[in-house]
Amino acid sequence: MNGVLAILEYRGGWNRMSWEALAAGQALAAQLNQPLMAAVAGANLDEAMADLAAKPLARAFAVRHPLLGEYTADGFTAAFEQLIRALDPALALFPHTYQVRDFAPCLAMRFGQTLIADAIAIGVDSGQPVFVRQLLQGKLNADYRHAGAGPCFVSIQAGAFRADALAGEPSGARCAVEEFAPRIEASQIRSQPGERFRESAQTVDLSAASLIVAVGRGIKEQANLPVVEELARALGAELAASRPICDNGWLPMERQVGSSGQTVSPKVYIAVGISGAIQHLVGMKGSKAIIAINKDESAPIFEVADYGIVGDLFEVAPALTAAVRKVKGG
Amino acid sequence: MKIIVAVKQVPSRDSAIRLDAAGKWLEERDLTFEINEPDAYALEEALLLKQKHGGEVIVLCAGPERAGQTIRETLAKGADRAIHILCDDLVRLDTLALARRLAAAAAAENADLILTGLQSDDLGLGLTGVVMAEILGMPHAAIVMQVEILDSSVRVKRELEDGWFQWVQMPMPALLTIQSGISPLRYATLMGIKKAKTKEVRRIAPEQLSPPEPPTIALQRVYLPPRKKKTQIITGAPAEAAAKLADVLKFEMRVL
Repeated sequence: MNGVLAILEYRGGWNRMSWEALAAGQALAAQLNQPLMAAVAGANLDEAMADLAAKPLARAFAVRHPLLGEYTADGFTAAFEQLIRALDPALALFPHTYQVRDFAPCLAMRFGQTLIADAIAIGVDSGQPVFVRQLLQGKLNADYRHAGAGPCFVSIQAGAFRADALAGEPSGARCAVEEFAPRIEASQIRSQPGERFRESAQTVDLSAASLIVAVGRGIKEQANLPVVEELARALGAELAASRPICDNGWLPMERQVGSSGQTVSPKVYIAVGISGAIQHLVGMKGSKAIIAINKDESAPIFEVADYGIVGDLFEVAPALTAAVRKVKGG
Repeated sequence: MKIIVAVKQVPSRDSAIRLDAAGKWLEERDLTFEINEPDAYALEEALLLKQKHGGEVIVLCAGPERAGQTIRETLAKGADRAIHILCDDLVRLDTLALARRLAAAAAAENADLILTGLQSDDLGLGLTGVVMAEILGMPHAAIVMQVEILDSSVRVKRELEDGWFQWVQMPMPALLTIQSGISPLRYATLMGIKKAKTKEVRRIAPEQLSPPEPPTIALQRVYLPPRKKKTQIITGAPAEAAAKLADVLKFEMRVL
């Protein structure tokens, strides 16, 4: 077993989390003094492989088959299982995408391994990698080690590694691209995927807002929404929400910020009663300034906030509305 | 139609968090527990499918004695019966071992569908359902937003990133991991709570399901996340803190 194999995601274009996973792989391969490899699966991979050839890789693999044109868990699991058996890497690294969440647990299981999912950092201790994961929606960190006999399977959280940290090949040398033709039968693929689609066109473009007031579970019920609506009005801010608020139908889905909603980067993002689950944080942590109002001082939102008020939003938000009106009027 | 719903009991979201002396897990005495939220949505989906197509909803749960309370709550909401794998080693167990237990108990039922939440609120790995499908040799779909039954197959709407979706069809039996929020959760009725007391909860010892195996991953320690960013906490009574924050908005951030 040798080498770090990064399994990347390409579908006519790259999932940009691929480069973050590759940056994680590069850092780990350097620390372990092992070669870095990358692979991508699909039917049409010419452009993908041209991109990979310019990356600082020991080897790059095009896992090519007509049945891999559209993603299926069965097809991708079978293809990458064959590649991993052929290469026998010490580690297989993935971006923690929705697609990876669908097939990588099965793939690891085929090797009798458990995927260390959604890692936020990787250290090395006595020559062994240590993977940091978040527990309880980010309230706790945990160190995990691989204890199995086979390859170690790890997926990397969005935004945990910087894609621009990926060092290029200083000599400008290009790595050789290798073809890998997996054996897959149509009968192995049990699910039939349909077209990808988006629901109704979005009419609220939160990404253009310079001020956002976002509301979360702390608001408790729909009848309490005016508390934050008035704050947003006083500030001249767009109103946004974390997922549970939109799931409940209290605000339309188009106002949802997070991994399944919009990604925003306003001048100021005021999070009211939002604990800061990672799915929400990935959608707003690029904001220039973040203000958090929450009654729980250990809420993960305070990890990313520049300013915070620990208190009851039903007292703080109306007080802030009044204070903003006063400052604006004065 | 026979549907199994695999649920987990987890520390409730507003639990006070204190590490245990060994730094390996939480001090459980401080915690209150509840059903893992995505699993509550999986149960809701199973109950809706039963209302539409008839059949039986069986709750499957691995956990210690206290998980019995969560199981009763699922029965009060309308599940027909439950299987409780009685074990207190979940924190030390890796996903593979847990999924083997759950899969062994599920296999004996020959269900048409197995539903579970897409991930647990405590460990958050998002593996158990998908690994169970692999062990049971069933097709699966992860992160499901909608379920339609068509004769011997199931059609599901999968959530993808950035507001994209995709319909996927597969033959049953199949396993689906359910996203939170796909339909409003029901409350248990008084009648439901009364009925739950007489419903069957079969208890199984884990040794009856799968032999112990060495773990493939090890949780070494848990700790509070180090603060990366220096957050300035504004103190004072609400009006006072709000006035200070308004000044920050005006003079420092220049947005007022």
